[in-house]
Amino acid sequence: MNFTLVKCYTPYISPLDPCKPILKKCYSTPPNLYLNFQPTNLEQYPTAREALFRGTLWPFLYDPYYLKREEA
Amino acid sequence: MWYYEKKLQYPVKVSQCNPMLAKYLIEQYGGADGELSAALRYLNQRYTIPDKVVGLLNDIGTEEFAHLEMIATMVYKLTKDATPEQLEAAGLGAHFVNHDHALFYHNAAGSPWTATYIQAKGDPIADLYEDIAAEEKARATYQWIIDLSDDPFINDSLKFLREREIVHSQRFHEAVEILKEERDRKKIF
Amino acid sequence: MSQSALPESYYQLLEKIQAVDFVLVDLTLYLDTHPDDLDAIKQFNQASYESKQLKAEFESKFGPLMQFGGSFSNYPWDWKNAPWPWQV
Repeated sequence: MNFTLVKCYTPYISPLDPCKPILKKCYSTPPNLYLNFQPTNLEQYPTAREALFRGTLWPFLYDPYYLKREEA
Repeated sequence: MWYYEKKLQYPVKVSQCNPMLAKYLIEQYGGADGELSAALRYLNQRYTIPDKVVGLLNDIGTEEFAHLEMIATMVYKLTKDATPEQLEAAGLGAHFVNHDHALFYHNAAGSPWTATYIQAKGDPIADLYEDIAAEEKARATYQWIIDLSDDPFINDSLKFLREREIVHSQRFHEAVEILKEERDRKKIF
Repeated sequence: MSQSALPESYYQLLEKIQAVDFVLVDLTLYLDTHPDDLDAIKQFNQASYESKQLKAEFESKFGPLMQFGGSFSNYPWDWKNAPWPWQV
């Protein structure tokens, strides 16, 4: 998979901004944006239990969310 | 018709009594981009969408009711047996005087659910693009609730629900592709 | 009067059902847009079979999962008994 699930940018910071500036801001670009029409026989998780706890049958569509907590 | 099954779609566990978190979670119960809105939006649009994608709206709409029940379970457990003082401290005093511990279809700010949250335009592309937008907005709402929550069990269930929004968005995009197909031309994968 | 807590086996068996039924939900949505995928349909039917087996075992221990005829009944009528899914 040659794409990332999070994109970041550096917004303009004014010397007059009252709150402590966040230098880098990030947003989610989930994997479905890169799949188009799902091909047949896409790799699946090996067990039903793992699919359940991931929330999808297909690893390609899995997006672990840790945007704010990790980046902030 | 529908059959009820006496189980949740995904295990819901709650670490501790936390009415404040319940107040935020109610956004996904009776809010604009919540699970009630989602279920009613898709199940209502299915009557006037082309036959090829009726099944998808029917089935995603049905799954949304399972998600609604998961959210309700979280809210119920987070507030069960909380004292009026605990509810008041969590900003739920106004809720308590009107509803006691009952759930109510309103958003995190207390606005009651309204049909104006959902649209049915009768135009298949307009309706499916609304559905895609609804999934992305629900995904974002789950992100912001996860950011506010420090309950690891709740966050596990919320990450499951967020992932389902991604899968639903994928299927709605595919539905648009199906409606773009020229008649009698077979899809090539 | 408080009822006795459910045994650990309730949660374990329920989780197995949730896992298989999740595969069925995700495959249902997939098949709604991929109706010609024979491998996926075979997988769906296999999971459907497993789900029915697990539910028969679960219902024999903990009572009916569905009603309006979706499950057989014991005597007396035990469908209405607590606990409900949001209570466990």
